This record gives sequence, structure tokens and C-alpha cells, in this order.
Amino acid sequence: MVALASNDASQPEAPALEMRGIEKSFPGVKALRGVDLNVRSGEVHALMGENGAGKSTLMKVLAGAYRADKGEVRVNGRPLTLGDPAASRRSGVTLIYQEISLAPNLSVAENIFLGEEISRGGIVDRAAMRKRAGEVLETLGTSFGPEVQASRLSIAEQQQVEIARALHRKSRVLIMDEPTAALSDRETERLFSLIRKLREEGLAIVYISHRMAEVYALADRVSVLRDGGYVGTLERSELSAERLIQMMVGRPLGEFYRHERHKAGSEVLEVKNVSDTRGKVRNVSLTLHAGEIVGLAGLVGAGRTELARLIFGADRIASGSVLIEGNELRARSPLGAIRTGIGYVPEDRKQLGLFLEMSASENITMNVLDRESVGASMLRPKRLRQLTLQAIKDFAIRVASPAAKALGLSGGNQQKLLVARWVEIHPKVLLLDEPTRGVDIGAKSEIYRLVGELAAKGVAVLFISSELPEVIGISDRVLVMREGNLMGELRGGEGQDAITQENIMAFATGAASSPA
Amino acid sequence: MASDLTTSTTTPAPATGGSSEPSVIRAVESARARSNFWQVVGILPVLLLIGVLFSLLTPNFLTSNNLINVARQASINTVLAAGMTFVILTGGIDLSVGSILGVSAVIALQVSLMPSLAWTILPLTLLAGLLLGSLTGATVAYVGLPPFIVTLGTYTALRGVAYLLANGTTIINNDLSFAWIGNGRLGPIPWLVIIALITILVSGFILRRTVLGVRIYAVGGNAQAARLTGIRVERVLVFVYGVSGLLAALAGLMSASRLYSANGKLGEGYELDAIAAVILGGTSFTGGIGTISGTLLGALVIATLNNGLTLMNVSFFWQLVVKGLVIVVAVTIDKLRTRSST
Repeated sequence: MVALASNDASQPEAPALEMRGIEKSFPGVKALRGVDLNVRSGEVHALMGENGAGKSTLMKVLAGAYRADKGEVRVNGRPLTLGDPAASRRSGVTLIYQEISLAPNLSVAENIFLGEEISRGGIVDRAAMRKRAGEVLETLGTSFGPEVQASRLSIAEQQQVEIARALHRKSRVLIMDEPTAALSDRETERLFSLIRKLREEGLAIVYISHRMAEVYALADRVSVLRDGGYVGTLERSELSAERLIQMMVGRPLGEFYRHERHKAGSEVLEVKNVSDTRGKVRNVSLTLHAGEIVGLAGLVGAGRTELARLIFGADRIASGSVLIEGNELRARSPLGAIRTGIGYVPEDRKQLGLFLEMSASENITMNVLDRESVGASMLRPKRLRQLTLQAIKDFAIRVASPAAKALGLSGGNQQKLLVARWVEIHPKVLLLDEPTRGVDIGAKSEIYRLVGELAAKGVAVLFISSELPEVIGISDRVLVMREGNLMGELRGGEGQDAITQENIMAFATGAASSPA
Repeated sequence: MASDLTTSTTTPAPATGGSSEPSVIRAVESARARSNFWQVVGILPVLLLIGVLFSLLTPNFLTSNNLINVARQASINTVLAAGMTFVILTGGIDLSVGSILGVSAVIALQVSLMPSLAWTILPLTLLAGLLLGSLTGATVAYVGLPPFIVTLGTYTALRGVAYLLANGTTIINNDLSFAWIGNGRLGPIPWLVIIALITILVSGFILRRTVLGVRIYAVGGNAQAARLTGIRVERVLVFVYGVSGLLAALAGLMSASRLYSANGKLGEGYELDAIAAVILGGTSFTGGIGTISGTLLGALVIATLNNGLTLMNVSFFWQLVVKGLVIVVAVTIDKLRTRSST
């Protein structure tokens, strides 16, 4: 059977995992500067920090993928040879990466035994492997058997296979790097109950996540890294969002969201009874005023992105009209929209926004090349460089030089690059589609600041976001969509008009509706 | 997974916390300078290596006469490859350039037989190439067919057209009004070489110094994003295939004038040498990355190989084998090198 010695979780002896003074440098950078981490058997230990804080590096040191420059690691009291993946695996440490690494064409059983197949006289003993794999899967309570081909499994199920592989190898320390990034809510819930079960079995689980709610749901303790250094560890009883954010960012977040409301100016954009050709947007009408930030909330698939693309002219409108400053937009194309002063920062940065192989400068100035060139055709390199340097400064984009490729920037800086691109056209209306997705908390707060500044300059901003606290924090009013319909508007008054999670969710789930 | 355990992914984003350390920026900048260096240098080392080898192996290689020969032999492929660079930068491919070369060479020769129309030969031929290329581009852009398939079609059809226009024979005109193109010299330098160099310079100017050039890279790098920034992707595509056709026609004039003749077979297989030159020059087959100077080097590598192996009396069959292997090896080296330096 699977050896899950059930320790009494309440009485930890030697910590299951002890990392002390871990240092690791890469050419030009100190990635880890003396990090400590203690994880007990039978606990879920969350590891938090901004992107680039050193979480992944630390875990790769533990898994033997990197050799630390200094420091020691003990697993169950025994020192671990650093920089040797095989030693790490033998010691009972398993790292489950964000990207699942199963062999898609092999069966579940073959994946679990990958590299250590049971064989008899050189011939693989499939029956024995299936039997043992079946036993492990049973302890996990999976809905699939050992014969299924890995490629047929959902991501959540593939994750279960990885966990099964770890259990089969008798891992005592399980590291999960953002395991819920690609999971649905229900799958997340199942993963959580599995993690709790493993905790009861006495495993030590290091759980890396950005999501506050998950940390609250699971963690017994939370350790925070910042800039490669160890900031501290909080017990479950000490947890609070403000405290964690402060530890991660290194400063109190008094001004995290923009709180002062702007007075709306004249009407800039009017959308009248707009529907698309695929039934994703149905008869939506709305107006945006100069200088206001309007949140657009709703569940995934509610039609928010589709609506933004219709306004921007990226997709065809089936019926209805879009007016800018009272004039109907006739040229229904992104170019037409840009010329009338509408900007759109798409949700999928890499697929739809960035030119990854091109320079920061080219990415920023792409929309205004006509305007900034001689006769709209000959580039003026000096002028473009100047514009870029100004934008880099205005938007606090951290980039080595205007000529650096967009590819090398962090998520937050890539996003700022895109916002900068659209600000260059001096937009009247800016449509932002999930502008803070996948960026770390420091970059988030800077994006909020930028959006606030734009509104203060009179830009009408439509802010699409699935993060309710963010929508609530930044919006002057909030529109809510559900299944292609605009369900209602919250103007920020009292009671039913208040911008609260409850009111937004009531519209988003269809529990309430108001005539739009 | 195993590959990122090594070194490649370790360049950290300089974006954490408040103050970005200058050391980080310096590291990133020097890494960037390094990768720039390799991108600029490209396959120059390969070209030099081949050059040195031939200089040692055959006494006739390193003479000014022979080097001019190499340049002349490279000229037609350079012109074709320049057009091909535009197309491949957008992520496309143009298999029809050899056939367009054939068609335009035959047109030029047929018109040259009518002395009263002699002055129209150059504009007419170039216009024909431009038109054929633009039509190809329009089909790719507006019908949305894959460029490989569209140009496979035009490759075949135009080859047929070339034979038809030539009535299946070879048209010869020993009194060609534009014979200077293929046989004349400006001082010691053949016009063929000068034309190829001008083509490279103009192409480089368009790609590096114009709005259109930036947009070509943008379309190749990310067509969807290009559309969302208001770039009229279709027009860019028509332009690049138009340029490719135009330059194929120019190459047709160069070939025909050099030979004082043209037939339906002229230019067969040239598209592959052009593609090889572009790829040797470091242009990415998926679009968005590449330089025209790389293409020039690529064309020179191919011409140098042809020339040196011929001087060494290597049989044509072996020349093909060596050429093919050099292409694969050079691109492999290039791939390994850029991977380790970015």
C-alpha cells in the first residue's frame, strides 16, 4: 500500500522541511538573500510574494534544479545534498510545477511509474503497475482509472496524477506552484479537499499562490518573500489581508485603490441597443462621460470582452449603433475607432496586444507612427525615442532601454507598455479589459494610479474586471452584465444602489435586475 | 521542463519592489548587447570560414576577378531573396518567384523583338511582376488562404504561362536593348551587382526607416495585435507579395539580359535558393524577426559555395549535397547560438 504514516499532526517534532540561509545569485542579480523556511509535517504552508520575489527560485533550489550558493536544507532532520534533483526526489520532496508535465500519450499508470517502471527480466510488468497505480488513485478518490490516456484528462485530473506520482514515490514534502491557476471553481474545491486530506495524512505541503482567498481557505501558516529576502511568517490566527499585502509590498497600502470619485463631465460615448452576430451581446445600451471610471463586472462569459470589441470595431455589430460625442461611428474597424479616439487594451496581453519580439519603443509608439513620422511614412527615430523615454518615465515602466524587447519584461511592465501605447493616441475613451490580470500587486497599484490620472485628465474609462474588490475600489459607477445582457447599474448611493460585492453578484447571477 | 533547469530562464525580470537595482539593469543591458551583436553578425562567421577554406583549397578563389564573379553569381538570387525577406517577415512564403522570373523574362524577350516598343520593356516587365505579386498577395490577404497554397498554385500556373508565352521554345535576341544590365559594368563592377546592392539598400531602408517597415514586422510578429492597433494587415500583405513579384521581375530582366534569351524553363528552382538565403540570413520562418543584411549574407554564402566547389572541380551532384548540408548546419548553429545568448 501507499505508505502514508499518519503522524499526529498536532505534535510536530523535527520540521519536515527546514531551509536555512539560502542564497542564490544569478549573473547580475541576487535572487535569494538568506531565506529561511520551516514547514511542519501535517501543515499547509503558504508561500507568498510578488512576481520575482524568489518563490520559484527557492522551490527550484529545494527540488535540486538549482544549486544554492549558500545555506542548508534538511528534510525530516536529514541534510539534503543541494543541486541534485535525484537526491531531492529520494529525500521525499516533490515539486508540482505550474505547467503539468505528463507524457500525454501514455496511460495514467505509465505516467505514475515514469522512469521507474516495474519490470520483470527487462519486460515491463504492466499488470503490476496498473494494480499499484489503481491503489494510489483510490486513496486520492479520483474519478478515473489507471488505464486512461493522460491526454484525455482535464488539467485538474492531470494534477491528481502528479500528486499520485508524488505519493507513489512516498513524498513527504509536496510543493505546489499556483496549482489552481487553470482550474475551475469546482475543481479548485476538489483540489482543496484533497490537499486537506494529504495534510491529515501528515504530509508537509508548501502552497505557492497569489490568491488571498485560497491562502485563507487552506494555510496553517504563511511565509512571505520580498525581493529575494525572507520577510516573515504569520500564524493562521494572525492573518489579515492588509498585513499580508504590506509584507509583500513593503509599505502600507493606504492608497491602494483610488478612492476619490470624479465628477463626470460631458457625455463622450453612447452605445445604443448594440447586439453582436453570435448572441454574446444582446441589446446593450450604455453611456460614458469624460473623466469617469465605469466598472464593467460580470461572470466569465457574460459578454464583457465581446461588448468592448464591438465598441472598438474589432468585431461586427449586428444591430445598434455607437456614437462618439454625438456622432455615429461609421467606419467600423479598429482603425476607425482609433481615429475617433477610442483605445482598447485587450485581455490577452500576449496574443492580442504585444509584439513580443519588438522593442519597447516600437510597442509604445505603434499606434502613433503615422502622426509622428515625416509624411506619415518616414520614421523619425529621435522623436520616437523621446516619446518612449517620456512614456517609460510617466508610466514607471521598468525596462533596460527603449530598444529592449517586450518579451523580457515582467507581466506588469508589459501591461504598462500597452496602456502607454493607448495613451499615446490621446484617447477620449479607453476600454481596459482585465488590465491587472496576472500582474503582481505593486504593478497593480500603479495601474490603478495611472487609470485614475487618465480619468482626472478627462478620459472616459471602461474598466472590465473579474476581481470584485478592484471594480469596487476603482469605479465611479459599475455596470453588470450577465449572459450578454446589461443587467443593471450601481451608482454608488445607499442600499440597492451601493457599489458592493453583494449588489454586483446579485446582478451578475441574475438574482436581481433593473431596467437598463 | 528539463531544459529550464539549466540557464536559459534565469534572467530575472527587473521589476520587483521599489528601486530597480542598477546591477540588474546592467546585466540585462549587456545580455541585450550580446544578443544584438549575434543578431547583427549573423552568419558572417560561416561566410568567412567558407571563404578561408576555399582560399586555402584552391588558388583561384581569392582573386579580385573571382570575387567579383561570386558577387555577380549572387546578384540574381540576392534580388529574389530580398523580396522573399519581405514575405517571410510577415510569416508568409512565396513559392512563385521562380515562375514570375520566367514569365517576366519571356515577356521582356518577346517585347524586345518589337523594336518600336523597346522603351516599354523595363516598365512593362516590372509592372507585370508587381501585378502578379499583388494578385497573389490579395488572395492571401482578402481570401485568407495560406500563402504556401496560394503560391504553390501560382508557382505551377505561371510556369505554364511562361512556356505558353514562349511558345515552348527559347526566344533569342542578340541585339537586346537592355543587354547592359546583364553584361555591362560600371567601372570594374558589373551592373548586376550594383542592382543587387541597390535592391538591398532600398529594402533595408523600407524595413528599418519607414512606418511600413515597422508594420511589416508587426504583422509578422502578431497579426491579431497588429489589427487591433489599426494596422491594415491586408494592405501590408498585398505590399510584401507585390514587392516580391516586382523583384522577381527585376531578376527576370537580369537573367534574360545576361543570356540574351529566355524560355519557359528559366528560373526553375530559384525560389528555393531564395528561401535558403533568407533562412541562412537568420530570418524566422514564423515571421517578425529578421534583417535584410542577413539575407545578403545568406545569398553570398550560397554563391560562394557554388563558386568554390566549381573551382575545386567538385561535381554538380556533390555540390547539391554540400549546399544542402551547409544550409542545415548553418541554421542549426545559428539556432544554438541565439538560444544561448538570449
